Amino acid sequence: MSTFVQDTVNVMNRELKPVWREPMAVVFAMIQPLVFLGLFAPLLPEMAAGDSALQWFVPGIVAMTALMGASFTGANLMEEMQSGSHERQLVSPLGRPALLVGRALKEVVPMLMQVAIIVLVVTPFSFDLHLGGVLAAALVLSLFSIGIGALSFALALASKGEDWMFWTIQQTLLFPALLTAGVLLPVDGAPRWLEVVSMLNPMTYVVDATRALFAGTFPVDVVAQGVLGAGIVAALGLAVGVRAMRRSS
Amino acid sequence: MAPYRRAMTYHHHTGPAIVTRGLTRHFTSRKQTVEAVQGLDLEIGQGELVAFLGPNGAGKSTTLRMLTTLIPPTAGSASVAGHDVVTAQRDVRRAIGFVGQGNGAGHRQLGRDELISQGRAHGLSRADARRRAAELVEDLDLAAVADRKVSSLSGGQRRRLDIAMGLVHLPRVLFLDEPSTGLDPQNRANLQELIRRLHAESGSTVVLTTHYLEEADALAGRVVVVDHGRVIADDTAARLKSGLGDLVRLGFGSPGDAARAAARLERVPDARIEVDGPSLDLRVKDGSALVGELLADLTADGVPPSRVEVARPTLDDVFLDLTGRSLRETQSTDSPTGSTEIESEVAA
Repeated sequence: MSTFVQDTVNVMNRELKPVWREPMAVVFAMIQPLVFLGLFAPLLPEMAAGDSALQWFVPGIVAMTALMGASFTGANLMEEMQSGSHERQLVSPLGRPALLVGRALKEVVPMLMQVAIIVLVVTPFSFDLHLGGVLAAALVLSLFSIGIGALSFALALASKGEDWMFWTIQQTLLFPALLTAGVLLPVDGAPRWLEVVSMLNPMTYVVDATRALFAGTFPVDVVAQGVLGAGIVAALGLAVGVRAMRRSS
Repeated sequence: MAPYRRAMTYHHHTGPAIVTRGLTRHFTSRKQTVEAVQGLDLEIGQGELVAFLGPNGAGKSTTLRMLTTLIPPTAGSASVAGHDVVTAQRDVRRAIGFVGQGNGAGHRQLGRDELISQGRAHGLSRADARRRAAELVEDLDLAAVADRKVSSLSGGQRRRLDIAMGLVHLPRVLFLDEPSTGLDPQNRANLQELIRRLHAESGSTVVLTTHYLEEADALAGRVVVVDHGRVIADDTAARLKSGLGDLVRLGFGSPGDAARAAARLERVPDARIEVDGPSLDLRVKDGSALVGELLADLTADGVPPSRVEVARPTLDDVFLDLTGRSLRETQSTDSPTGSTEIESEVAA
C-alpha cells in the first residue's frame, strides 16, 4: 500500500510540474467558461425571488469549468502515448494503478485555481460570496473532477493515441452532460424524457449541491446527493481508468 | 558519474544478465496470426554490449518489449537481471533502463524536471534525485537545454535526454530500441560514441536494436542477427564477417578473358567465383593478402586484369549470405510483417 501511495504522489507531482511552471496555461484553458459567463449571463432574466441571475448561473459555470478541464485532460496522456513518454513510464517501477490515480488526483489543482478565478471575477458584480459554501462545494467538485479526469484518461487509453476518436467521443458526451445537468438553463418544466435523462445524470446532483452551497445554504439532502453523485463518478472513473491502465502496453 | 555509483549499492546477482528460453510472441490481427518472435533462446552475459540487427518487422522490437515487461510472451520465458519478466515485473523494471523509439521525456515538461521525476520513480530521495539529475545533465552535455521545455529541444538533444532518463538509477541492463533512428549522421556518430563511453564507464549490460549495419558493426561486441522472428546468426561482427571472406572484383578486357581467368582461379582453395560479362567476383578468406599473388599469376597466364577492387565483407554481406536478401533492400520498404505487428500491438 505504501508503495502505491508513494508512486501515486510521484505521478501527481510530475503531472503538476507544468502547472506550477506555467500557471497562466490554467487561465487560458478556461477561456470558454469565461466567455459563457460574459456573454450568457447578461441574457438571463432576473430571478423571481429578486436574486441576481449570476447567483444562479455562476455555480453552473463553475461545474462546467470542472467538467471541461477534467474531460480535456486525457489529451495530455494521449500526447504522451504518441511521444513515447507513456511507454517510458510503463517500464519504470511505478505501479499501473498509481499512473492513473496520480494523474486523476492532479486534476483537483487546476480545478481549484479556476474556481478561485471565477469567484474573484464575479464577486465585484451582483454575486454574494459565501466563502464557507464555496469551499464545501469545492470539495464536492474535487471528487467530481477526479472521476471525470480518470474517465478522460481511460478514454485516451482506449483511443490508443487516435486523436479523432478521443475528441469525437469527448465532444459527443460533453454537451449532453452539461445541458441535461441544468448548467446553462433550468431543466424544470422540460419534457418528461429530458427530465429522466437529467435525473440519471450524476452531474445534475453535483450542480444542484454547488448551487445550494454557493448560495450559503446547506440543505443536507441536496448536499448529500451531490456528494453521492460526485462519488459515483469518482468511483466509476477510477475503476474504469485503472482497468484501462493495467491493460496498457 | 563514478563517485555516485560508489554511493549506491546493488544486490548483484551473478548469473547472465538476460536468459530467454523458447521466447515466443504471436500477434493476431484480422484473424491472421503473425509469429513475431519464434522460440528465441538467448543468453547475454553481464557487461556485454549486444546489438539486435535485422530488417523492420524482424521481431527485434517485440523481443525488446517482452524483455522490458511491456508485453507478455505468448510462450516461453525470459529473465532479466535474474528476475522473470512475467512474475517479477517490478523487479525487472527496477533493474533496467529503457530508451524507447519515441521520446521518454514528456514534451510539456522541463528536461531537468523529468530527470528528477524519473529518479523519484526509482525510489531516490528528493535530494539524491536532484543530485543525480545534475550529474547526468553535466555528463551528457545537456546543461544548455536541461531547463528548457522538452518540446523545444532538437532531435539529438532529446535523444541525449532520453538516454539520461534511462541512466538515472544506474541500471544493470540498459535497453535502447533503435536509438539512432531519425538522427542525422553527425548526431548518430555522437550517439554511438556516447553509448560506447557509457558502456565502458558503467560496466552495465547494453542491448540495442538497430537496422543500421554500420551501427551494429561499429558499436556492438556481439551482433545477434534476427530475421522473421528467429536468430539466424550470433557472434562478434568481426567473426561473422571473417567467415565470409573478402570480395576481390576483377575487370577484364572481354568476357572471354574473364572466363579464362575464372578457369585459372579454380585452384584457389575455398574460393567462390562468379563471372558476369567481363567482370569476375572472387570471394575468399584473406583476399586482400592474396591479391598480389593472384595478379602475378593471372599476368603470367596471359590474362592480366585491367581493374582490381578489394572489399572487406560487411554485415550486409553476412545478411545476404544468410537470407539471400540484402538488408539494405529490405529496409528501404517497410515489410508487411512490420506494419501488421504494429497494428496488432495497438489492437492488443
